[in-house]
Amino acid sequence: MEQNIKENTIIEVKDLTIDFKVENGILRACDHTSFDIRRNETVAIIGESGSGKSTLCSGILNMVNVPGKVTSGTVTYFSEYQHAKADILKMSPQEETQFRWKEISTVFQAAQNALNPVLKIKEHFYETILAHQHNAKAEEMDEKIKKVLGYVRLDPAVMEYYPHHLSGGMKQRVLIALSLVLDPKVIILDEPTTALDVVTQYYILQLLSNIQKGFKITMVFLTHDIAVVSNIADRIAVMYGGEIVEYGRTEDVLGNPKHPYTKGLVDAIPTLHDDVTKRKAIHGTPPDLTQKFEYCKFKDRCPVYQEGKCEADYERTRTMYKTGDDRYSRCYTWAEQDTPNMNGGK
Amino acid sequence: MELIKIEHLGISFDSRTKKKEKVKILQDINLSIEEGEVIALVGESGCGKTTLGKTIVGLYPPSEGVISYKGKDITKLNKKEYMDYRLGVQMVHQDSFAALNPNRTIFQSLSMPLLQNHIAKNKKEAEDILREYFTEVGLTPPEQFLYKYPHQLSGGQRQRILLARALSVKPRVIVADEPVSMVDVSLRIALIDLMTRMNQKYRISFVYITHDLATARYVAKDGRLAVMYLGRIVELNNIREAIDNPRHPYFKALIAAVPSDIGRGKSEMKDLPLRSLDMPSVNNPPTGCSFHTRCPYYQERCEKETPKLREFEGGMIACHFAEEIP
Ligand SMILES: Nc1ncnc2c1ncn2[C@@H]1O[C@H](COP(=O)(O)OP(=O)(O)OP(=O)(O)O)[C@@H](O)[C@H]1O
Ligand SMILES: Nc1ncnc2c1ncn2[C@@H]1O[C@H](COP(=O)(O)OP(=O)(O)O)[C@@H](O)[C@H]1O
Ligand code: SF4
Ligand code: SF4
Ligand SMILES: [Mg+2]
Ligand SMILES: [Mg+2]
Repeated sequence: MEQNIKENTIIEVKDLTIDFKVENGILRACDHTSFDIRRNETVAIIGESGSGKSTLCSGILNMVNVPGKVTSGTVTYFSEYQHAKADILKMSPQEETQFRWKEISTVFQAAQNALNPVLKIKEHFYETILAHQHNAKAEEMDEKIKKVLGYVRLDPAVMEYYPHHLSGGMKQRVLIALSLVLDPKVIILDEPTTALDVVTQYYILQLLSNIQKGFKITMVFLTHDIAVVSNIADRIAVMYGGEIVEYGRTEDVLGNPKHPYTKGLVDAIPTLHDDVTKRKAIHGTPPDLTQKFEYCKFKDRCPVYQEGKCEADYERTRTMYKTGDDRYSRCYTWAEQDTPNMNGGK
Repeated sequence: MELIKIEHLGISFDSRTKKKEKVKILQDINLSIEEGEVIALVGESGCGKTTLGKTIVGLYPPSEGVISYKGKDITKLNKKEYMDYRLGVQMVHQDSFAALNPNRTIFQSLSMPLLQNHIAKNKKEAEDILREYFTEVGLTPPEQFLYKYPHQLSGGQRQRILLARALSVKPRVIVADEPVSMVDVSLRIALIDLMTRMNQKYRISFVYITHDLATARYVAKDGRLAVMYLGRIVELNNIREAIDNPRHPYFKALIAAVPSDIGRGKSEMKDLPLRSLDMPSVNNPPTGCSFHTRCPYYQERCEKETPKLREFEGGMIACHFAEEIP
């Protein structure tokens, strides 16, 4: 099993820490985070805003900008054929340009507003293609652009449009098409449907899910909206206060949470048909990430701690515990209840 | 008691593309809001929800039709009645940044209506009132927010400030436009619970605007749901009945798009019951039933004749073929 997992890994994040220098000290937005992304799977990273999703994503892409700094860890990319490894955080700028878009592409958060208003849609595509294939021919590019626009069900006529001619949902589809134009192996989508209404959101998720199946792409979703990814993600990583606190198959993590925070999130989602009075909020607010933590980061909001069933020992939350087949949780109290001998720590 | 009555309301704006032309954003809206009632207003982006909300609070004058507050046409109120209406009907704006003056601190902005309308005698009293409501909406400690400028706060925090502002003047009706869209799931339920509490404690009526049906159902538990499509109400019913048994073809598609069964894991995403994804432009709306370009059940008559909102199986629906649709 363990062997199998390793062979499938496409990106391995190990002990990644990202600190921001802010007015009142150091803000640790990504705290010694380790996890793996596997080839051809869809993984969703969920968490409240400010939990560090976008920061983690910038780390994976080696795009951490000042005042941010990677202070520990590695990100390894395993290429498909030669079994070659690449240390993403140590790439030279040239290597990186080649790597980005061709191997890993991204759709950034709120990027709809980042389309250049004076460029036609097709010119956005030309820019991206030409940055990687300097002598690409115009006809070939147009063919390719039409093809990727087709994947997101956009009419080729939009190539001639300017961004302001498109609705929010159409812009988001253009960006997804743009991220596919160089046939990447991995695509990372940061809040890809957050600003869109349910019908558009549904279509985009359905498109992405079909693209993922059709082209065997690895997809990474970052979102604060669990309900949105619950039907398309193979696995889910839950982030809280810059850490992954639970990780495993979607049906396991959401169906039977092994961390009180995940449980709180699941209990807070209003759904269409179940009993509305059963929904409850997670009390309190996310932790200030500039502090030096002395207890489990979820302590102040944790019902288990409040009932006196856990002492929230900080040191014991420094590792993830195996809580079942291919799933892990940072909550030692719940992990202990289920698997008393706690082997297979990670 | 009927607080607000909307009759044959139409709103037209100057076209943004063609000068001198008008576009009809709202058409033939009929709706009344009872004291203590919660009405959820849902529909796709651009269908006119915010426009209807702003018209209810008096920000846009009706181009056609009449809106009455406590039985009186709002365009014919005397000064005192008008003040009573503007204070009594509050809005929590969708764009929380635009709704707050960037050059004033939150306290400066929020204390003004309290002082002007003699709800607070002096600054001290205004601060006390605001502290109370800030605590209610989860902005604690209040002093951390009162003396900040809008740009120093997150979208979710600004939304809560707008909610506190609306509550602080003790209104009869609050039009809340996507009040929780920027806040996280964990806080969303807390804010919705707060609105429910305010609804029960002070009998404040709410018009809750959203495109999220699941929260709509939560907020308007015992209330009604109005579904809008391209500027018209196409379905109006008791919310539970509406969601459990959607009747209008558009509303059926909307329900199908809501993620369900989150503990099930990865699963097939079926096609939505729609003929096309894109909503037609308001500048050039389809003839007849404006949904006919996307409706899987459309027939020739739909292109020619606009269906009226009519009674059907205890609710209201605007569709020629309601009886025949499965
Ligand atoms: N002042 C205005 N002048 C001209 N057109 C306007 C004006 N305000 C809104 N519109 C147009 O009216 C339509 C309805 O807008 P509205 O803001 O009411 O939509 P909405 O249903 O609230 O959408 P969303 O879910 O995106 O908030 C849109 O096409 C919008 O562009
Ligand atoms: N450029 C920056 N400067 C300072 N702090 C930042 C910066 N970017 C992000 N942060 C902080 O890092 C934390 C995580 O942010 P982010 O990764 O954007 O979270 P998410 O994507 O989960 O909403 C937050 O506390 C945020 O304020
Ligand atoms: S370790 Fe303790 S405080 Fe932390 S989440 Fe688990 S039960 Fe709660
Ligand atoms: S009137 Fe016709 S087009 Fe409109 S919803 Fe009914 S069946 Fe569909
Ligand atoms: Mg983010
Ligand atoms: Mg709106």
